[in-house]
Amino acid sequence: MRLKAHALFMGACAVAALTTAATAETITIATVNNGDMIRMQGYTDDFTAKTGHEVEWVTLEENVLRQRVTTDISTKGGAFDIMTIGMYETPIWGANGWLIPLDDLSAEYDVDDILPAMRNGLSHDGTLYAAPFYGESSMIMYRTDLMEKAGLEMPEAPTWEFIREAAIAMTDRANEINGICLRGKAGWGEGGAFITVTGNSFGARWFDEDWKAQFDQPQWAEALNFYVDLMTEAGPPGYATNGFNENLSLFQQGKCGMWIDATVAASFVTNPNDSTVADKVGFALAPNKDGVDKRANWLWAWALAIPAGTQKADAAKQFIEWATSKEYIELVAEKEGWANVPPGARTSLYDNPEYQKVPFAKMTLDSINAADPTNPTVDPVPYVGIQFVAIPEFAGIATEVSQEFSAVYAGQQSVEEALEKAQALTTDAMEAAGY
Amino acid sequence: MARSATTKRKVINTTAAWIVGLLIFFPILWTILTSFKTEAQAIADPPIFLNFDWTLENYGVVMERSNYMRFLWNSIIIAGGSTILGIIIAVPAAWSMAFVPSKRTKDILLWMLSTKMLPAVGVLYPIYLLFIKLGLLDTRLGLTIVLMLINLPIIVWMLYTYFKEIPGEILEAARMDGASLREEVFYILTPMAIPGIASTLLLNVILAWNEAFWTLNLTAAKAAPLTAFIASYSSPEGLFYAKLSAASTMAIAPILILGWFSQKQLVSGLTFGAVK
Amino acid sequence: MATQHSRSAARLMMAPAVVLLLGWMLVPLTMTLFFSFKKYLPLRGDSLANGLDWVGFENYVRFVTSSSFWPSIYATLVIVGGVLAITVTLGVLLAILLNQPMWGQGIVRILVIAPFFVMPTVSALVWKNMFMDPVNGLLAHLWKAFGAAPVEWLSQASLPSLILIVSWQWLPFATLILLTAIQSLDSEQLEASEMDGAQPLSRFFYIILPHLGRAITIVILIQTIFLLAIFAEIFVTTGGAFGTKTLSYLIFQRVLESQNVGLGSAGGVYAIILANIVAIFLMRIVGKNLDA
Repeated sequence: MRLKAHALFMGACAVAALTTAATAETITIATVNNGDMIRMQGYTDDFTAKTGHEVEWVTLEENVLRQRVTTDISTKGGAFDIMTIGMYETPIWGANGWLIPLDDLSAEYDVDDILPAMRNGLSHDGTLYAAPFYGESSMIMYRTDLMEKAGLEMPEAPTWEFIREAAIAMTDRANEINGICLRGKAGWGEGGAFITVTGNSFGARWFDEDWKAQFDQPQWAEALNFYVDLMTEAGPPGYATNGFNENLSLFQQGKCGMWIDATVAASFVTNPNDSTVADKVGFALAPNKDGVDKRANWLWAWALAIPAGTQKADAAKQFIEWATSKEYIELVAEKEGWANVPPGARTSLYDNPEYQKVPFAKMTLDSINAADPTNPTVDPVPYVGIQFVAIPEFAGIATEVSQEFSAVYAGQQSVEEALEKAQALTTDAMEAAGY
Repeated sequence: MARSATTKRKVINTTAAWIVGLLIFFPILWTILTSFKTEAQAIADPPIFLNFDWTLENYGVVMERSNYMRFLWNSIIIAGGSTILGIIIAVPAAWSMAFVPSKRTKDILLWMLSTKMLPAVGVLYPIYLLFIKLGLLDTRLGLTIVLMLINLPIIVWMLYTYFKEIPGEILEAARMDGASLREEVFYILTPMAIPGIASTLLLNVILAWNEAFWTLNLTAAKAAPLTAFIASYSSPEGLFYAKLSAASTMAIAPILILGWFSQKQLVSGLTFGAVK
Repeated sequence: MATQHSRSAARLMMAPAVVLLLGWMLVPLTMTLFFSFKKYLPLRGDSLANGLDWVGFENYVRFVTSSSFWPSIYATLVIVGGVLAITVTLGVLLAILLNQPMWGQGIVRILVIAPFFVMPTVSALVWKNMFMDPVNGLLAHLWKAFGAAPVEWLSQASLPSLILIVSWQWLPFATLILLTAIQSLDSEQLEASEMDGAQPLSRFFYIILPHLGRAITIVILIQTIFLLAIFAEIFVTTGGAFGTKTLSYLIFQRVLESQNVGLGSAGGVYAIILANIVAIFLMRIVGKNLDA
């Protein structure tokens, strides 16, 4: 009897498989554990209902995700049908022919609606290789109440000198209020990204036109010294190990006067469910050194790409069109409010009068528009990218360089020592890569 | 007089041992407690020990976000499978080393242990390429095999040291009675070795359960065990101590419970020949 | 006792384990050796299918001349040595304590061995965030309660912090093995020495410690094998910053972060050499003890 029921069930399965096999597939997606992606996973049913395809999620922490997808794509492992990658990986992988070009997206998808900065950053030779799920620049988030208490007023476009003055004025260590919270954690995507844009806003650069490392130049020393002094005077304890998440958590607890970081953080710090300071946050453009014509704006997008060689390219493409569409944004807006939609990817979002009411919408767009990946700093550079250099060797080099810098923040070596080591190891690694 | 002295000593011993025991256990206890707090209570200063509103919300969030049961099932299959497979291969090897030792036995044993010293990350690319070729990527079978190989030296060694303590005379007596080699192994040796095999089994389930390099790097969605589950909670956005604690508790609870129930067996056989 | 028949049977029984391990060692080892003499930058489009360029010993030279090499050897030795010293010392003391008559011995033993069941990733995450965080960590709260400035554990005391975390994980293992060894100590022998008026301290040094010698060597051997390979703890807590880059972490950085498989493979060969030096050293001691 039991056996019979079993056989019957198997039969039913076989029939079901036969009827849907032609259209429905199961795609495997590797993604990062950021809030917007977690939210997307919650709406998978909507995608399945529309297309019949099922989705298997592999959600990993950023660093683990990177090493996992990089291993898989460079060995043509084929473990994933869609990978969540950034603006750094996309052009490199696209150039290697590892990604399927996204040049035949449907008309209603409206590829021209993607913000030009994002589209350029995710293309190689004019071909789009990954569709932005959300995009970001960096900006200043600050506590309006503390700024008022300090008797200062934040300009729309402040300088580092003003930031320093305000940070010192806002600091109240007895009450655990730090004037400013900034990333110091080692890792190219963490503290490395922040110190690179800070460098840019002081006129420093990673390489000159002949790919010679530039850490022996005075701009780097100036930027790094400024950063260390600022954080010593007005930063939180242990800032050498603080990354995006640590600072977000500090800011939400009301322990930071200012925080310069990703524009996407704006929706988290203004969300009253998580943030104790949700109604006291103001926004301003990232700062520059007085007289330097570049601000500490970065440009980044988390994007969805299809590795070449997947058997399920069509289903994967359908998913990308769904997840990065205008309809998806509307879906999230309807269910969770406009402040929670994935930002920074589409022009139409910023034209939407509903979205314009969101307090950080305009500053986010202005910050994104202020970022220019082909021209990141004052002097000309041979590379593309603002807080990174889009060459394969960069991730390894910048992680080591940022480790040297973090050792400065922890008081283990001087700025000069760190810059000297950074110069040496960058030169060595570039030599190894054949530059 | 003497009695009260020993009672006093017992009180001191008990107090000291309990303090040390609780101190060592405290990080786990704190994690479990935190998993029932709200995020705000989780970081409260001064810390709240027990006097908070117990909530299951964090577990709800974690369950909703990830398919916990699948990760758990994969962990059970991989840890259990690799251990059983390892024991099947190791018992005969350990037996022959213990009872038919040759000049090279010790060298072979030590060589086996030395294979464990290869740095895993150095061979990630070769193994990954091999797995692609063999179609083992993201399969439970592939992981089972790799974890079995990783732990095989430890299994062989543990069993060897245990077998060596079984007096050879018993075997000789059995042989006199005309027992075949197979009978010898299955009817005489194995029953005597059960405690040793049991603790070997337990130790290897623990080691396989907690292995976090291969299980993370050779899997995607289908075969990923709890080590991959925890990798999606390590630094999400905003306050996360309570949710991290809930996920951590869920990742370690099964093995912790298994360990507690079987600690007698684990302890009795975990000697590696340390006892003569 | 060993007849020709049983000898060949024994060889046959050993074969599966030996062959499997030989394969598990030789295949990756050969490939590592092969890659270590090649230029293999996957992100530059190098792949096995396209053929790799021979570069001789360049990777080997580059690996040791890198400014990270010697610090990584130092970090490896400090971490392994530190953890061994702590776990063995505390393990002996704890084993002696747990061997005394007391109430609730079973429960105390459960409490003490619990950390051994915790995944390295989880324990690193818990220690890093909930204990060592300089703002919200429990240790920071404790320090502040006494009016002291919180310690920035993972940056300013990075190596000691890592040693603490890893020792916490391995202390149960050491304690268990040492406890079983102590339990086998002849209690009559101890009582006799007590009668003779031997002081607790001399009892410890002349009777208990020599008896534990063998168990201690075994703890050291097994732990060293696992400690040379620790990875998750570093990856989660410091990511190799603040002087915590061990040799195996440096190889990880070369292979996965810099995506230079050739260079990483050369590092792998060095790591194998280092491991073998340690192994020979250990096996001299253990080998002597194994037969004793």
